[in-house]
Amino acid sequence: MIWDWAFAFEILPVLARAAIVSIEATLIGFALAASLGLVLAVVRIAVPWTGWTISVLVELIRSTPLLIQIFFLYFVFPKFGVVLDAFTAGVLAIGIHYAAYCSEVYRAGFDNIHRGQWEASIALNLSSWTTFRDIIIPQAIPPIVPALGNYLVALFKETPLLSAIAVLELMQTAKIIGSETFRYTEPTTLVGLFFLAMSLVSAALIRSLERLLNRRTMR
Amino acid sequence: MTEQPMVRFDNVSKRYGALTVLDGLNLEIAHGEKVSIIGPSGSGKTTVLRMLMTLETINDGVIWVEGQPLTHMERNGKLVPADLAHIRKIRAKIGMVFQSFNLFPHMTAMQNCIEAPITVLGMKRADAEARAADLLDMVGLSEKKDHYPSQLSGGQQQRVAIARACAMRPKIMLFDEVTSALDPELVGEVLEVIRKLGREHDLTMLMVTHQMGFAKEFSDRVCFFHAGKICEQGPPNELFGAPKNERTRQFLHAVLEAG
Repeated sequence: MIWDWAFAFEILPVLARAAIVSIEATLIGFALAASLGLVLAVVRIAVPWTGWTISVLVELIRSTPLLIQIFFLYFVFPKFGVVLDAFTAGVLAIGIHYAAYCSEVYRAGFDNIHRGQWEASIALNLSSWTTFRDIIIPQAIPPIVPALGNYLVALFKETPLLSAIAVLELMQTAKIIGSETFRYTEPTTLVGLFFLAMSLVSAALIRSLERLLNRRTMR
Repeated sequence: MTEQPMVRFDNVSKRYGALTVLDGLNLEIAHGEKVSIIGPSGSGKTTVLRMLMTLETINDGVIWVEGQPLTHMERNGKLVPADLAHIRKIRAKIGMVFQSFNLFPHMTAMQNCIEAPITVLGMKRADAEARAADLLDMVGLSEKKDHYPSQLSGGQQQRVAIARACAMRPKIMLFDEVTSALDPELVGEVLEVIRKLGREHDLTMLMVTHQMGFAKEFSDRVCFFHAGKICEQGPPNELFGAPKNERTRQFLHAVLEAG
């Protein structure tokens, strides 16, 4: 028989521990992506002379493979005296990579804010910090939640790349089980099913968040 | 000693590329004066307000507010372009009401009115709410304070916008075609609030308007703009009753014909 249920149940606890690492990498990576992306988008508007630099940076990050960026942080940075453990380097790379995508999403959100909102903020003499915090961001975020959510799921599905620098996440764990037992069917299938289940769950969560935000803002 | 004018445009020009919107504007507005600006579209009248609110930069000249430069600041006895800190200090004296209201849609009427007093003036929340409640009462919307802009009519939204601007206690209030986006039956309630504001508050008012009747009755002075210049100005009775300039006559004729 190709599929061995006993073996599948035997490796489940090991994979479950690895799943926690994958989820941690996703959550920390996305928190970094969402906040750094927002900072990039805000600075680009608030400090006009940074616009060109940030555009080039974002383009550079988006136009090179994530795997190369992970390798860069893990293998090249130590040459410059910055030594990061595999998990930190990997999560940092994922966070920065997706921050570039998120910053474009935020930018689209800001572009959709009516010019009159900025002008009213000037007429009330609000500082640019207050304008972003109280006026622009609260209006810009709800419509872009679906786009940000898509990036959360995409980021999650890219965490197996961390296996390339030996982070003990799901994929790496499945590979180790496979090479030790010469059985790849069960670990690979279980990892695939886990990603499927988590992706469906997060998509559902994002949809309900979207509905909640729409109820609060679209009066 | 003569009193400083509240606002002084000193040879101010505004260009967009090759297009000159305002050409060497000189205009003084006295403390407490109510000035209406009328003229055909494209004559630069709205630009005057937008420059004074610092929504537009200027290409030439200096704008003064109560004897202090707004667009510039003094450094070593010379006028240099103002930095943001200077602009914010001076423009605190100015408030503006827009044609399209520009209320913050995610905030209630009350929240719209307390946002700037709390974050800019540093008022305590309770004090800001008390002031906002008075102002919402003045514009007749006490019972709508917890409504969001989308739950209000255009006239009500514009009255909230007036209360919001007043909450910052400006000395100069700018009204940019504030009734143009309203259904005709809602115009009256907004004009009534502006009248009340003029009576009860010590405000210098500058308004761009198409409401000739209101301009005539409310203003101390009317300026007719044409092609980026003041073509004719004077007390409303004179300007409307006996316009001296041919262009003013043509414009008033066309407007009164239509209205």
